[in-house]
Amino acid sequence: MQESNLVREKKKFQVIGTRPKRPDGTDKVTGRALYGGDINLPSMIYGEILRSPHAHAKIISIDYQEALAIEGVKAVITAEDFPSLEDVTKKVGEGAVNIRYRSNNILAKEKVLYQGHPIAAVAAKDKNIARLAIEKIIVKYEILSPVLDVREAMKEDAPILLEELRTVSMGEKIDKPTNIAKHIQLKRGNIEDSFAESDIIIEREFYTSMVHQGYIEPQSVTALYNNDGDISVWTSTQGAFIAQQQISDVLNIPLSKINVIPMEIGGGFGGKVSVYLDPVAILLSKKSGSLPVKITMSRKDVLMATGPTSGSYIKVKLGAKNNGIFTAVHAYLAYEAGAYPGSPVGGGAVSLFAPYKLDHLLIDAYDVVVNKPKSEPYRAPGTTNAIFASESIIDEIAVKLKIDPIELRLINAVKEGDRRIDGPTYGRIGLIEILEEIKAHPHYHSKLRGKYQGRGIATGFWFNYAGKSSVYASINGDGTVNLIEGSTDIGGSRASMAMQLAETMELPYESIIPKVVDTNSIGYTEGTYGSRTTYSTGWATHNLGNELIRLMKEKAAAHFETEIGNIVYSKGNFTSSDKEISFIDLAKLMKGNPVTASSSIHPKRASPGFGTHIVDVEVDPETYKVTILRYTAFQDVGTAIHPSYVEGQIQGGVVQGIGWALNEEYIYDDTGNLVNHTLLDYRMPTSYDLPMIDTVLIEVPDPDHPFGVKGVGEVPIVPPAAAIANAINDAIGHRLNRLPMSPKNIFESINQVK
Amino acid sequence: MNMKKFIQTSINNERVEFICEPRDSLLSILRENLRLTGTKEGCNNGNCGACNVIIDGVLVNSCLVLAVEVEGKKIETIEGLAGKDDLHPIQNAFLEEAALQCGICTPGFIIATKNLLDINPNPTEQEIRKSLAGNLCRCTGYDKIVRAVIDVAKISNNKGDE
Ligand code: FES
Ligand code: FES
Repeated sequence: MQESNLVREKKKFQVIGTRPKRPDGTDKVTGRALYGGDINLPSMIYGEILRSPHAHAKIISIDYQEALAIEGVKAVITAEDFPSLEDVTKKVGEGAVNIRYRSNNILAKEKVLYQGHPIAAVAAKDKNIARLAIEKIIVKYEILSPVLDVREAMKEDAPILLEELRTVSMGEKIDKPTNIAKHIQLKRGNIEDSFAESDIIIEREFYTSMVHQGYIEPQSVTALYNNDGDISVWTSTQGAFIAQQQISDVLNIPLSKINVIPMEIGGGFGGKVSVYLDPVAILLSKKSGSLPVKITMSRKDVLMATGPTSGSYIKVKLGAKNNGIFTAVHAYLAYEAGAYPGSPVGGGAVSLFAPYKLDHLLIDAYDVVVNKPKSEPYRAPGTTNAIFASESIIDEIAVKLKIDPIELRLINAVKEGDRRIDGPTYGRIGLIEILEEIKAHPHYHSKLRGKYQGRGIATGFWFNYAGKSSVYASINGDGTVNLIEGSTDIGGSRASMAMQLAETMELPYESIIPKVVDTNSIGYTEGTYGSRTTYSTGWATHNLGNELIRLMKEKAAAHFETEIGNIVYSKGNFTSSDKEISFIDLAKLMKGNPVTASSSIHPKRASPGFGTHIVDVEVDPETYKVTILRYTAFQDVGTAIHPSYVEGQIQGGVVQGIGWALNEEYIYDDTGNLVNHTLLDYRMPTSYDLPMIDTVLIEVPDPDHPFGVKGVGEVPIVPPAAAIANAINDAIGHRLNRLPMSPKNIFESINQVK
Repeated sequence: MNMKKFIQTSINNERVEFICEPRDSLLSILRENLRLTGTKEGCNNGNCGACNVIIDGVLVNSCLVLAVEVEGKKIETIEGLAGKDDLHPIQNAFLEEAALQCGICTPGFIIATKNLLDINPNPTEQEIRKSLAGNLCRCTGYDKIVRAVIDVAKISNNKGDE
């Protein structure tokens, strides 16, 4: 095991920082773990969804009589089966969603807004019959012209997607039909004067395409609408309570009627927060006379109709002094929201220059609907696009001013006490520590060998989110502890919760038995997103551990016939003057008299995350294929609870970022037809495309968190695109402003193909 | 309706019989009829490797194999890998190296690794990367998966030398 990549002041923990096997590991390597699609219930039937072949059309009529008449078909539903909803905006995950739009995205009403937009659903006794029935549904459309480009969609004469949509510009509603849902402006200081005083000003435009989260497990939901109206939903979701809320909103059913049972989840990255299939499966189950209904998406459905993240157009102007100090920023960001409002452009606008001190900024950001699937969060939503732009320009300034790129960033880096443009003041952040660490690292000083090789660096940022978590525990008769939590374990969080509880209770890791349970069995817990689980659920777990120890001290006091104040607990033993009893022996004595506790938490804030990456690339001068030769990611991780899973988060994020940088993009033809809807053509990186991804974990603990945890999951996807673009420029002397930097796009950029 | 077919085969050294339609894939029969859900479906068109099984020593994407084709064949799936008393060394190595995050790709990777090491017990890093290029993992960036395979090859080879 590598230990050397951990930069930690002093080791003060027993369990934290070790690398035990995860509690759910055996089930996952033997194929025993049950994921969304692995459930098979008695009398289960299968649902299929009819999807629009058109990117933009009015639905004139839907006739499903023939489908319903097929033997074995149990039910057909359309949007007519959903309740009509008012325009109400509700918080979903870290964003907000208009529930009427959410409903219309699940089954289209009146209009279809992207290819793959669901129109109707069938439940039948087997999949083949359900598929046949789908083909028999006759839909009449009036085809409209689609809008597929964010800047086209913003034009006055663009076809309108949502008739009632009005731009909300800095809080004011502008009363005319539009595709611009929102205009945000961030402003500080006086950019005109500051640009006038700058020694160098660079202005560039950047383009990115929609990309998908690419989780390997397609969405799958099984639902039962029971005869008494109670609903059970088995699904793989990033947040069971978030799914419950959305189902309740869309179907207008009380929360208490809906139990969401989280299955193991095969990846999410932000894409398994919003619900798609759940309300459909529930209504099909109801209409089928309370038979359980299972619906699983095909890969094509996943790519066509579940949330990619926004494509974008970004223009940035940055000024600096000859000594490298940044003076002013003027930026414009337009993000594709997809069919309904809600792109992460706000996050992009704030994060654009979040790593740097800047007193003069003017940033305009636009959320724009286009005839593509509704965008959904994808790991550090909105930030990768923005930082591709800002870190590319910063690199250009470094080259032009002949300042070392790390030095330039050090000169401008934010530190504790600096204020971010959206208001908050930074606490104990580790950006300076990261940059200093890089300066001392062998990768930074290694020699490049070939003519077409180059090195690039870039810094990433992510807000990190805290949110609400609940945990519950009971002490077993043998001294083990059952830990019950509501946080989806998407990448080893059972292990990190068990470790934090073991650390708090001074017990061995193996004596904690963590379990993720359904919404009927634990207090409200937000989803696993925003890099919040190890932070917030971990904090709740720490408080829980303290409470359990307090309760056990009471038992020890009773056992020793003394006051609780006389009991000392240390390293698994309770002592009172000369008497001593171990945690295990005390637990054994308590048989039939259990100790239980629960804890809920809502921390106000979490420390934001920073990471800086170095990449070496080689560009093939004939084919323009870019090969990653070496990659090192440095990140302030607060405290690494289980370093292997922290490294894993970083490595996984980096590789998603590499895919985004080099290959991945949504390719539409002029009619809005998604051309690359298979995993052959939507090309994610394979092991053969990559080297090892080295990580350096820098621990600058969050002073608020009991163990100093900071979220780590999001930041690593952010720097790769910019770092690779900078490395390509270093290799071949050409700057790219379009993602992906595929051979075709590099060729076209070099040869100025329009 | 299509004529159903009766198929006899061997799965993880057990004789198995099932009835299928000619159009059913081996993957759907494994998962839905035989309830062997350890073999996963990620794409259903041969591009992710989540559905990997070994048929008569050959690694295949079971979503691209028709169930009727396995008559008389010998199939190995993830469910058959662990021994009576312990996990298979590949399974152990994946756990030791934290080579899984969500774990959905893991059965496919483990089966593909078994097939690789059956054929080439001492692969280089590049050979491992090339052999596993048919398996997609979106969580790990492959680093720890490749390390796990390197580890298990080392361990098995040391044992062989003893
Ligand atoms: S499910 Fe067979 S290769 Fe993806
Ligand atoms: S561990 Fe999630 S896809 Fe590989």
